[in-house]
Amino acid sequence: MKRTVPLVITFLTGTFLVISFFVPHAPFGELEQRLLVWYAIVAGFTMLLGVDSLIRAHARRVARTREGWAFSLALLAGLVATVVVGVIGRVQYGSPFHIQSPFMFIYTYAIVPLQATMFALLAFFIASASYRAFRARNWVATLLLVSAVIVMLGRIPIGAAISQFFPVAQEWIMDVPQLAAKRGIQIGAALGAVSMSLRIILGIERSYLS
Amino acid sequence: MGSLGMIIGTWLAGFLTLAILSFLYKDNPFYKLAEHLYVGVSAGYWLIYVAFFDVEPMLVTPFMEETGVEKWILIVPAALGVIMLSRWFPKTAWLSRWPIAFTVGVGAGLGITANLQGYVVPQVQATLLPMTGFNLVSLNNLILVVGVVTTILYFYFSKAHKGVLGVTAKIGIVFIMVSFGASFGYTLMARISLLIGRLYFLLSDLLRVID
Repeated sequence: MKRTVPLVITFLTGTFLVISFFVPHAPFGELEQRLLVWYAIVAGFTMLLGVDSLIRAHARRVARTREGWAFSLALLAGLVATVVVGVIGRVQYGSPFHIQSPFMFIYTYAIVPLQATMFALLAFFIASASYRAFRARNWVATLLLVSAVIVMLGRIPIGAAISQFFPVAQEWIMDVPQLAAKRGIQIGAALGAVSMSLRIILGIERSYLS
Repeated sequence: MGSLGMIIGTWLAGFLTLAILSFLYKDNPFYKLAEHLYVGVSAGYWLIYVAFFDVEPMLVTPFMEETGVEKWILIVPAALGVIMLSRWFPKTAWLSRWPIAFTVGVGAGLGITANLQGYVVPQVQATLLPMTGFNLVSLNNLILVVGVVTTILYFYFSKAHKGVLGVTAKIGIVFIMVSFGASFGYTLMARISLLIGRLYFLLSDLLRVID
């Protein structure tokens, strides 16, 4: 019951979706759409589990006044305030995403700057990590270094000011060797995903049940 | 949003931007505050997003508006969603495997068809390029085909990389390294562009030093 039923559910839903790909007519095509909607609904509920886990972890830290509890309090306050403001936006404007909604104030003035600055900060860490990793220790590392430098210089005006070689070489690298390797990796990864999906449907791979 | 709201918002955004950038000096309470706020506010945002774009239009609204089978069939995904929450109670936690099995089954089914239709077939099709005559286009097409084949062969580990396979794998690593370098450069420039955007915001919107 505890393991067999989930295995049967996985087998039936997976097999059904594969069949509906080859038989798009009724009832398969229509039921496929229905299953995808159900999938989105069930996935939506998992969000509650994630948020619950986050709240529990930080509420515990606040309750026990552990080190950094004030930051956890700020996290919880931010979460609650965003949800409350979202609900207010829904009630007041019909959508939390309405331009006048206070929810959009949080999105514009808190989420966007925080996210953009966090990713911008990564530029410094990528650069410092690459300084250590990109030393031309062997010919393969040199290739990586040269192609990175050409692409970086080719994408900024100063690169073209130094030489027209950089934008042209950058374009060629992105369109030919970079595309070739990316395509090879994508094909390999897709074939790997197909084989893993088959293993899951056939019940060979069961790690999701643990 | 009035002008006062915009002023408050700009100062808030400026404070949060500087708080995150302060990490460049060292880890400090301002960075920690902004980091925790980011996690909390993002979680709240996605909760509202899922409720508004997912659960409400796909479950709540159809349940209120539909009639007959179309209405009552929605109890199935709703029940699966509620069963997922059984993880909160240790005694019934095993029940959550059912909705998990459902999502995994759908994901696996789509994993086969979507990967074959969306990646493998189109990518193979796009790789079968013409090589007519001795010109630059044909040369580039040849390099592309060789690059794709050798990259795939590099990841073939069922046989030792010796002999012909060894040679092709070595050619493959050339393409892979050039690709990784190019991807790195591309990503770094995207991040730098974001950094310029934030600096522009600080100097323009917040401090009004530049237009």
